[in-house]
Amino acid sequence: MTDLALIRNFSIIAHIDHGKSTLADRLIQFTGGLTEREMSAQVLDNMDIEKERGITIKAQTVRLNYTAKDGLTYQLNLMDTPGHVDFAYEVSRSLAACEGALLVVDAAQGVEAQTLANVYQSIEHDHEIVPVINKIDLPAAEPEQVRKEIEDIIGIDASEAVLASAKSGIGIAEILEAIVTKIPPPKGDRDAPLKAMLVDSWYDPYLGVVILVRVIAGTIRKGLHVKFMQGGTDHLIDRVGFMSPKIEQTKELAAGEIGFITAQIKEVAQAKVGDTITTVKNGATEALAGFKEVQPVVFCGMFPVDAAEFEKLRDSIGKLRLNDASFSFETESSAALGFGFRCGFLGLLHLEIIQERLTREYDMDLITTAPSVVYRIQLNKSRTDPAQELMLHNPADYPDPSRIEQIDEPWIKATIYTPDEYLGSILKLCQDRRGIQLDLTYVGGRAQITYELPLNEVVFDFYDRLKSISRGYASFDYEQIGLREGDLVKMSILVNNEPVDALSMIVHRGVAEARGRHMCERLKDLIPRHLFKIPVQAAIGGKVIARETIAAMRKDVTAKCYGGDISRKKKLLDKQKKGKAKMREYGNVSIPQEAFIAALRMGEE
Amino acid sequence: MARALYIHWPFCLKKCPYCDFNSHVRAGVDVAAWQAALLADMRHEAGLASGEALESIFFGGGTPSLMPPSLVGALLEEAERLWGFAPGIEITLEANPSSVEASKFADLADAGVGRVSLGLQSLDNAALKFLGRLHSAEEGLAALEVAQKQFRRVSFDLIYALPGQSVENWRGELERALGFGTDHLSLYQLTIEPGTRFATDVRCGAFAPLEDDPAADLFALTRELTDAAGIPAYEISNHARPGEQSRHNLTYWRYHDYCGIGPGAHGRRGGVATVRHKKPENFLAAVSAAGNRISESRELGSREQAAEALLMGLRLAEGVDLARLSARFGLPAASMIDADRLRLLTDLSLVWQRGDRIGVTPSGMPLLDALLGELVSGELVAA
Ligand SMILES: Nc1nc2c(ncn2[C@@H]2O[C@H](COP(=O)(O)OP(=O)(O)O)[C@@H](O)[C@H]2O)c(=O)[nH]1
Repeated sequence: MTDLALIRNFSIIAHIDHGKSTLADRLIQFTGGLTEREMSAQVLDNMDIEKERGITIKAQTVRLNYTAKDGLTYQLNLMDTPGHVDFAYEVSRSLAACEGALLVVDAAQGVEAQTLANVYQSIEHDHEIVPVINKIDLPAAEPEQVRKEIEDIIGIDASEAVLASAKSGIGIAEILEAIVTKIPPPKGDRDAPLKAMLVDSWYDPYLGVVILVRVIAGTIRKGLHVKFMQGGTDHLIDRVGFMSPKIEQTKELAAGEIGFITAQIKEVAQAKVGDTITTVKNGATEALAGFKEVQPVVFCGMFPVDAAEFEKLRDSIGKLRLNDASFSFETESSAALGFGFRCGFLGLLHLEIIQERLTREYDMDLITTAPSVVYRIQLNKSRTDPAQELMLHNPADYPDPSRIEQIDEPWIKATIYTPDEYLGSILKLCQDRRGIQLDLTYVGGRAQITYELPLNEVVFDFYDRLKSISRGYASFDYEQIGLREGDLVKMSILVNNEPVDALSMIVHRGVAEARGRHMCERLKDLIPRHLFKIPVQAAIGGKVIARETIAAMRKDVTAKCYGGDISRKKKLLDKQKKGKAKMREYGNVSIPQEAFIAALRMGEE
Repeated sequence: MARALYIHWPFCLKKCPYCDFNSHVRAGVDVAAWQAALLADMRHEAGLASGEALESIFFGGGTPSLMPPSLVGALLEEAERLWGFAPGIEITLEANPSSVEASKFADLADAGVGRVSLGLQSLDNAALKFLGRLHSAEEGLAALEVAQKQFRRVSFDLIYALPGQSVENWRGELERALGFGTDHLSLYQLTIEPGTRFATDVRCGAFAPLEDDPAADLFALTRELTDAAGIPAYEISNHARPGEQSRHNLTYWRYHDYCGIGPGAHGRRGGVATVRHKKPENFLAAVSAAGNRISESRELGSREQAAEALLMGLRLAEGVDLARLSARFGLPAASMIDADRLRLLTDLSLVWQRGDRIGVTPSGMPLLDALLGELVSGELVAA
């Protein structure tokens, strides 16, 4: 057990590529956590996708033992926080486990708008911020300029910012010293009943579910019988330890410390982020504040391209879910796409990550349908059914419109940071998406815009548009603010007069026509010509609101074919047949898979 | 066994930019060696597939009109000795319409050739230049006149649907062509084949092929004019007055057996597909090594044969007889043709059904490849 005064818990805030991972590696190396040989590049980001996208999905912590200039040895816990808005709640729990943060800024790039949101979040948790100006080895480095930016834009004192180069190992000792002297030690009564915050959990094939905890009060040790106050389950702790970053077991973790426990838990779903762990006997009576049940907010259908791979998909999704309790799935069947799953996610990025992992790690060929949000629908009573309320996850389940009394849709509060020059286009985008402007302020040449937006407008390619409008410079952050009534209708897409369930969507009446027209135009380009002409229509109820026609194919013939050509012709036919197997048949029309996804991208307007 | 013999002469004076046939340009051709090799190849083939008199022989290429008439004569003599000739045998030779070659027509006729297919390709000098042809329109027409004197049956080829070609332009050319009074015409739309110079040109943007819609208009116009002239299409690109169809080519389309000799020649006999060595030098070497000059000989399964029979047979206006194919390959008709698609395509008037016969309608013909993809049952296609 380390004396409270000798513990420091901190995270690192940095814009992508400003050197967070490199610095973390340096800190580990400097304090002897790993030998040179054991340092595989960038220890903290351990998933391929995390590495590629430069984001962290799971919180990781490393304990460093650092002997400071005062001669004392400190326990430093470096917490790597999830790096995306979809995981805002998880981030808030990780931050709640720390008392300070290193703010790493690239000496050549300066402060990036996105960093602001993270710094402010950290400040909200009363963190002490220690600025680090990294990459001073670069010829283009302008540390003094950056120091000024930190003060002007972020508004914190940067006079003592550490000048460092994570790459060349400059300033590492100074950073460690600053952590010890600037960041306050944690507080916590070690004699009080146990209260440990569940910061994150993941599935390990050897250890089962591993739970990352920050002990707030009391002490947690092996053999202790604990209960999860929100989850309502009891467990026997069979391992207590920390990462150095190698897994090391220890006897106990006391208030102020961060580490992990295992308790023969089979599913991460049982270990809810933000839960309070206490002892079964003489436990705490009050749970920690800030717990939230995470609910999937974005849903989509995932179908195997090859119907025979349905079981494989079920297996793969099941395995992913072992490690990620935040997404949900249930079987779904679609007339167009066959059997698949309706999956729920924390947000669009979360959706993309899961989709990518299924494709890459599990080698699945997937068709993903339009993302949709959850609507609350109030139904009037009918002759046979009473009035009721239902939560609609799938546009295909849209009830008889004549019974609908009211539909509510989820709204978010979005904060967007952008360089000034893109402001106009971004405001227009928000306005087009039914946004309500709350605030517009300037912070050092960058605009901060706050908007209320219906989530269903955001899942419809909002990120893509924002990125392309701002050439990637705008950042986007959001929180959910509840349900609001909306004038919403179901828009069906009919191809050759048959509704294609996988393409139907719930839209606001005011934008239905524009969206319908756009969908029809896209589909006209995406569906190849057939032997007959194909009407493509968007309709609300029985009323067609947009229409395009795909002209019939006029020519597809081998002009010259004699004896020598038979084999070649036959190969062509084989290829043609195989190509067809990859399409979906709908009212005699073959729709290529890409059409299902591509049709939903608005593209340039 | 086979009653049709194809003989391939692989040499050309120049390679045409649109042609993906097995043709080669060589400085000199050792005629004696080629005569010996082709005769040996023919004997070898006859050893495997003789017994019935030949009803057709076709000299294709390359440019078979470059063959010395004496060589043509020697090959025909040997073929007659090996197989025997049925009465009224059709002997066709593909000829280049140059003055040099026209001067040989009399000798070729003496050697036994009764039908020529002239590679006129166009009646317009600019188009001939684009197509990389060595002859002029005037030279071509002169050669046609000689051919019509020397041979009882004459056909010629035209290539249309050239980049930018208009309906008026093609109408004018085709009307002139119909005026020459031949009993057979091959009218091909220009297709950009992979590996040809045109394919490279198109890739580099040197020109763009005619779009499908105007090409389809030209196809319809072709049908209209040839019908009116009494020389209707009996195959996608082939037109004949009644009784004047190429019997040899019908053998392919009706999927009857045929022997193929010479470099790269294909054959189908008794359910076996054969291919000769393609490169002239390899072919010669294989023959002189007294080994096999067949580079590939593969037995086709009944499904594969049925698929081939359908994709060839549906090129013909007469269509195919499903009951006969069914009996021939021992497969139920239902496993050869997708019945739902057949119904749909019939409703769309792209396909017709009469008793056991099905066929592609004139409006379906320009869509044949797409129709085959729909009609031919998945069961016939390799997994
Ligand atoms: N020149 C220089 N490059 C650095 C320094 N720190 C990190 N880098 C490089 O910057 C890039 C991004 O670093 P990384 O640690 O992955 O950034 P992260 O996205 O914030 O984790 C990598 O190519 C690093 O090698 C530094 O101090 N100097």
